[in-house]
Amino acid sequence: MLGELTPPFDGTKILGDKKKLLRILKEHEDGSIKLRIAVLGGSTTSDIVKILELFLRQRGIVPEFYESEYAQFYNDAVFGNEKLDSFKPELIFIHTTIRNIENFPEILESREEADAKLAKEFARYEQMWTALSEKFGCPIIQNNFEMPFYRLMGNREVGVPYGKIDFVTRLNCRFYDYSAVHKNFYINDINYVSAAYGLEKWAQPRYWHLYKYAMNIDAIPDFAFNLSKIICSIMGRNKKVIALDLDNTLWGGVIGDDGQSGIEIGSETSEGQTFSAVQQYFKEHKKLGILLTVCSKNDPENAVLGLEHPDGVLKPNDFACIKANWDEKWLNLSDMANELNLLPESIVFVDDNPAEREIVRAQLPEAEVVDFDSPEECIKALDKLGFFEVTTLSEDDANRSEMYRANAERASLEKKFSNYGEFLQSLEMKAQIKDFDEIHIPRITQLTNKSNQFNLTTKRYTQSEMEECAASEEYIRLCGRLCDKFGDNGIVSVVIGRKDAEKLHIELWLMSCRVLKRDMEFAMLDELVKQAKESGITEIFGYYYPTKKNSMVKDLYGTFGFEKISDEDGNTVWRLDISGYENKNTAIAVNKE
Amino acid sequence: MNREELTAKLTEVFRDVFDDEEIVLSDATTADDIEAWDSLEHISLIAAVEKAFKMRFTMREVSGMKNVGEMIDILMQRAK
Repeated sequence: MLGELTPPFDGTKILGDKKKLLRILKEHEDGSIKLRIAVLGGSTTSDIVKILELFLRQRGIVPEFYESEYAQFYNDAVFGNEKLDSFKPELIFIHTTIRNIENFPEILESREEADAKLAKEFARYEQMWTALSEKFGCPIIQNNFEMPFYRLMGNREVGVPYGKIDFVTRLNCRFYDYSAVHKNFYINDINYVSAAYGLEKWAQPRYWHLYKYAMNIDAIPDFAFNLSKIICSIMGRNKKVIALDLDNTLWGGVIGDDGQSGIEIGSETSEGQTFSAVQQYFKEHKKLGILLTVCSKNDPENAVLGLEHPDGVLKPNDFACIKANWDEKWLNLSDMANELNLLPESIVFVDDNPAEREIVRAQLPEAEVVDFDSPEECIKALDKLGFFEVTTLSEDDANRSEMYRANAERASLEKKFSNYGEFLQSLEMKAQIKDFDEIHIPRITQLTNKSNQFNLTTKRYTQSEMEECAASEEYIRLCGRLCDKFGDNGIVSVVIGRKDAEKLHIELWLMSCRVLKRDMEFAMLDELVKQAKESGITEIFGYYYPTKKNSMVKDLYGTFGFEKISDEDGNTVWRLDISGYENKNTAIAVNKE
Repeated sequence: MNREELTAKLTEVFRDVFDDEEIVLSDATTADDIEAWDSLEHISLIAAVEKAFKMRFTMREVSGMKNVGEMIDILMQRAK
């Protein structure tokens, strides 16, 4: 990440440097996702869009924008607009603020009157959201409202129906209730962002009166960064792993010198309390499905000794992988990525030692490195970066850590077999390979958008596009769940084929790398062929589009027995006549029980 | 800071904001002379000048300045 675009921000400087920053980001662009974003504003949005673009490009998303004419958010949303229609937004951001509230109650109005105004105000927004989601079916991000910058009645602005703060708070709650029951609708919490920035500084009225900006322009980077986190999360750009140093990161002191009783952790001292809070913070990430790992210069037995401290919050089995040795940390991180079948760019490295951070930054630039000066700053520094922004949380997320632990057990079992086939049989694998059902669409979408390596076309889908696909007769869809004696891996593979008379074109074929070399791809192919035959199909066409990350599946269709029929700059097309197809999978029991 | 030094410092601010190392300012320079200087970029420019010279324009000044010379006049009085 560019230093200038890493929090805390110098907002005015970023605004002044935005042209230069854009130029630099464009020079380093690779393997990016494109995204059409419509910004419907209730105030000026020009610099918001430009700064948002910087933050998105930094995370590999190249946006194209539609901006509504000044303050035309409502008209654009409800009555439509040809330019917006032809733009075909893939994501809509509604930038409204307290400046756009039209129905504030009058002094001494009753609760009933205030509630009626609340309903009226809310109805305007609900009308927009309904119209937009019916028309475009794409994710909508909506600002909540920041607090007013003056308090006419002082503290009495809350608790009476005509208090502005009372009203805004209730209106925000209506927005939250809506977001709780509508998929694809996300709140951009500007009430929090403005508070964190400092409401008085945020609400400098000169920017409204001079330029019709609803906030201090110096706050635009904080605002746009917060918004970019939601977009990155929707687009599957979240990080997956936190790699933690031990000494003076997870506890005070050096375990190798001070011994288990000598390190600082627990409630006895203020330093110990700080590290307990840090460990607690990471433990909570594990519940969100983030993998925790150790990357420490220590003897392995000392690392475990420290983690077994009776007052510690994190225990050795909270970690998906422990690298405690005296090798370079970037090498360990790189090995770790391989072992977990993830890319180094999925890793966030947390270490109190600035020298170690710099080496990792230089040697493994794909990994993210968190800077902080003292242990009590660690939580805030990592939290602000928003690498783990939650937009959807599935059960698979919550169980992910367990899945990776089970993988480690499988790996140790594998070593006991001389024959790989025998090892696979010993896993007692069972798979459910079925059409998409509604409940699994969020997970299918999530997996589709974040799979990079075992992904033949790297085609991305929004949740609503996936829903459309699921409802269409035109496709054969498969999602595969794999279980074995060590546990349930959840949904790990997705295939979408488009029917074209007697032909089937495979538009999407992907698999989670945590089930590599388990023959799951053969089970998927068997099922695909079976369903294709039932639909009267005779030929299947496979497509491989190379990216920087998916070379592992370059010849997948070849190993399946497809014949290569064209090759243009590495983009290959493959054909399989399925009349004489014989099932390939023998290791997995499919759709039994 | 004399007028010459101040103009030199202001030129640097302009070059950063418009990402153009070839900008040369004179008292008569206006938004028409610099391609990227439109009403929206004016906002970033004003903020960058305020930051560089540790001062703040009044709202009347922001909307009233006709050319770079007038901006320099104001900065001569108030820049820190």
